[in-house]
Amino acid sequence: MSVHPLMQALARMYGADRLLTRPAQLMAYESDALTAFQQRPAAVVIPQDREEVIETIRLCHEHETPFVARGSGTSLSGGSLPIADGIVIALNRLDRILRLDAAERIAVVEPGVINLKVSEAAKPHGLYYAPDPSSQSICTIGGNVAFNSGGAHCLKYGMTSNHVLGMTVALPDGEVATLGGESLEGVGPDLPGFFVGSEGLFGVALEITLRLLPIPETYRTVLAAYDSLHAAGDAVTAVVASGLLPGAIEIMDALAIKAAEVGAKAGYPKAPALLIVELEGEAGAVEAEFAQLMQLIEETAPLEVRMAQTADERARIWKGRKAAFSAVGRLAPDYIVQDGVVPRSRLGDALAEIDRLSASYGIEVANVFHAGDGNLHPLILFDGREEGALERAEELAGEILELCVDLGGSITGEHGVGMEKRAYLPKMYGPVEMQAMEDVRHSVDSLSLANRGKMLPAGEAESLTHVGPHPLEKAGVIFRE
Amino acid sequence: MNKVSEVQDAVKEAKRIRVRGGGSKPALSQRRCADDTQLLDLAGLQGIVDYQPEEYTFTARAGTTVAEVAAMLEGKGQYLPFDPPLADRGATLGGTVAAGLSGSGRYRYGGIRDFLIGIRFVDGRGQEIRGGGAVVKNAAGFDFPKLFVGSLGRLGALTELTFKVFPRPPAFATVEAEFEALSDLLTGLDAVTGSAIDLHAVDFAPAEAGWRLWVRIGGLAPALAERAGALQEIISGGAGRTGLLRLYRDQEEERLWQEARTMAWLAEGMGLARVPLTPGRIPAAEDLFARAQPASRRYSVGGNLLWIGWPESGGLGETDGKPDAPRTLHGLLLELGLRGVQLIGQGPRNDGLSEGGEGPLLGGPVQNAFLRRISAALDPEGKFGAW
Repeated sequence: MSVHPLMQALARMYGADRLLTRPAQLMAYESDALTAFQQRPAAVVIPQDREEVIETIRLCHEHETPFVARGSGTSLSGGSLPIADGIVIALNRLDRILRLDAAERIAVVEPGVINLKVSEAAKPHGLYYAPDPSSQSICTIGGNVAFNSGGAHCLKYGMTSNHVLGMTVALPDGEVATLGGESLEGVGPDLPGFFVGSEGLFGVALEITLRLLPIPETYRTVLAAYDSLHAAGDAVTAVVASGLLPGAIEIMDALAIKAAEVGAKAGYPKAPALLIVELEGEAGAVEAEFAQLMQLIEETAPLEVRMAQTADERARIWKGRKAAFSAVGRLAPDYIVQDGVVPRSRLGDALAEIDRLSASYGIEVANVFHAGDGNLHPLILFDGREEGALERAEELAGEILELCVDLGGSITGEHGVGMEKRAYLPKMYGPVEMQAMEDVRHSVDSLSLANRGKMLPAGEAESLTHVGPHPLEKAGVIFRE
Repeated sequence: MNKVSEVQDAVKEAKRIRVRGGGSKPALSQRRCADDTQLLDLAGLQGIVDYQPEEYTFTARAGTTVAEVAAMLEGKGQYLPFDPPLADRGATLGGTVAAGLSGSGRYRYGGIRDFLIGIRFVDGRGQEIRGGGAVVKNAAGFDFPKLFVGSLGRLGALTELTFKVFPRPPAFATVEAEFEALSDLLTGLDAVTGSAIDLHAVDFAPAEAGWRLWVRIGGLAPALAERAGALQEIISGGAGRTGLLRLYRDQEEERLWQEARTMAWLAEGMGLARVPLTPGRIPAAEDLFARAQPASRRYSVGGNLLWIGWPESGGLGETDGKPDAPRTLHGLLLELGLRGVQLIGQGPRNDGLSEGGEGPLLGGPVQNAFLRRISAALDPEGKFGAW
């Protein structure tokens, strides 16, 4: 490999500490948060500025070598999985907030900036960056842009694409384009909107202009326990029908509550279902809405109701919810998480069917979901060391995806298609739609170099090693605590 | 045309295509085109396909008017929060998306790009393609709905649209404030938009003397009076920045924003252009306007959008030795590094479709490598006027 002309060119650009080619160095990059898939790239490069990124992409194009841009590798859909014999461009060192303009309420950031860092930097100005994926303390804005990441607070203010105003991007052959600008409004087709969520297939975002919002004056968070998921679901219907527009509406089932308890000691009530509803905004408005919300919730006959009175109490309610995914790791060695969407009114049907599937497969499924927008998060538990366990878990996951499509929903609300769900995209869209996406991709990237093998189920698929834990975990370097 | 199959057949046969919905933005739909250009009139492609109030979504054919949809939503206490403009002139959903138009209410929850969740369109080969979905959250596949917002009919013909909607706040209140100088207004604007008050709309415009600012809040009626008081305090800043402060409620308040949606400030026979910008660019823009004297203008979306009115003219070039208004505006925007779109009245520039350089784009060019590649994929023969 070291005699490959691309490798020689990269070696001229990058010092040995920023061009990784030895198996031990590559191990950390073989997988992302979807640990079921692994792939060893030819090399990992660690650029320090945008010029190095652009030059690397140009070289990959010249040598017809596929590449994957990677941030923190928190993709739950295998979106940053390497391509065999391809290059991984690790963007973590492009981590500068280039400009934070409090008057214009924007932040211009490099792709390797951590999501939460944007809100931290904006906080002294009374501002924050709204999208809050559960991994926000480690995931990068570049990855959020590629996968249009969501979070618990999407209902009111939308996902990443609703907060990106402009971008400078390197297209898959290294040509640089500017999309959008700094205004909330634009002229011509909404190109930032089209680039966000394209899963790396359109190239690499080099600079991203984000919209910042004033920090809400107050939050009112209520936790209600119910004797069934159905009852919790009915409460959501009542809240939505009332015309209230909460910032977040979340539901957790018994297994997810157990996981949150084990993992984060959340102190939740022991119940078959928990509902979290959060109102946010200016104090006067929220107080009035909260009175209405409490009345609605009382009418739904909850087993128990807790209200967060302080920031600490609010943090404790969210801690269990946000830790639920990783905490599920305490209940089983491995899990797959899906994030299909169903119409809100079909949530009950979807959960009943997931329950039935779980029983018929004999596989435990924990449910945590963004109930306000019908976004499910079934966590399918398995033990990767058992022969055939992963395959059966994947089969169950597939049935859940088909269920979401059959109910008129989507196979993914916020994790993206990635490597994991690419076989299911054609179940959601017909041949004409799939061809249109292929055509656009081919026109943007004639050699299919950028994140090849993701999203679109092309014949170019890589063969994959299916194994349980992350390579570093298997090597005893990291542990799931 | 009132069937998608007719649209598809027309696209297959045509060499060049111009799309028209309700005709409320003649600079787009009536631009002068080459003789071989086929007009696709989609006003007949009408009707609500599906409305699910409990899902906060509806689907309608592209020629459905904004007015019809607004009436339907109102019946269920819901609305399109971005205040789609020009409904009174017959604006359709398809035309509003293609023109990328959001009004004052865009400030609170986002613009038309944030509420359009699914589309069907006929591409340059005459195929009907579906993009996005029917649920409020969806990250699967390329986001064609966003791509078509602002596409000006030049990527394909929209045939069906699915929108997210929101519950309409039970009550609104608006504070109107007057300022002597633009700098005072901008200070007040910064104070109010940087505050924790949830603002639905923030518009301002030159008044008889000085400037006038309108700030809209909404929510449960009992809390509104107190919130409006807090808002007034922030706007006035305690430093005597403002002259008159006035509170609007109920019907009087509703009329204020209805007039913003209909562009009631735009005099009869005036052309209309739309210019995105940011509050920081406004002083430089106003310096130029002081010289060029446009007929009227209104800033919206907290200073992120400028609507500008000029005397409508026949077209390019000069009248009585003076440059026509669109040409003047085009020059000003170039100087400011801004871009705009002419919506009413003929525009000055060639957009690849119109003959004689009468396209609606103003100011700096929109063209870029990414858009060129997308356009080549969806419309390889450039029938819709390649980007």
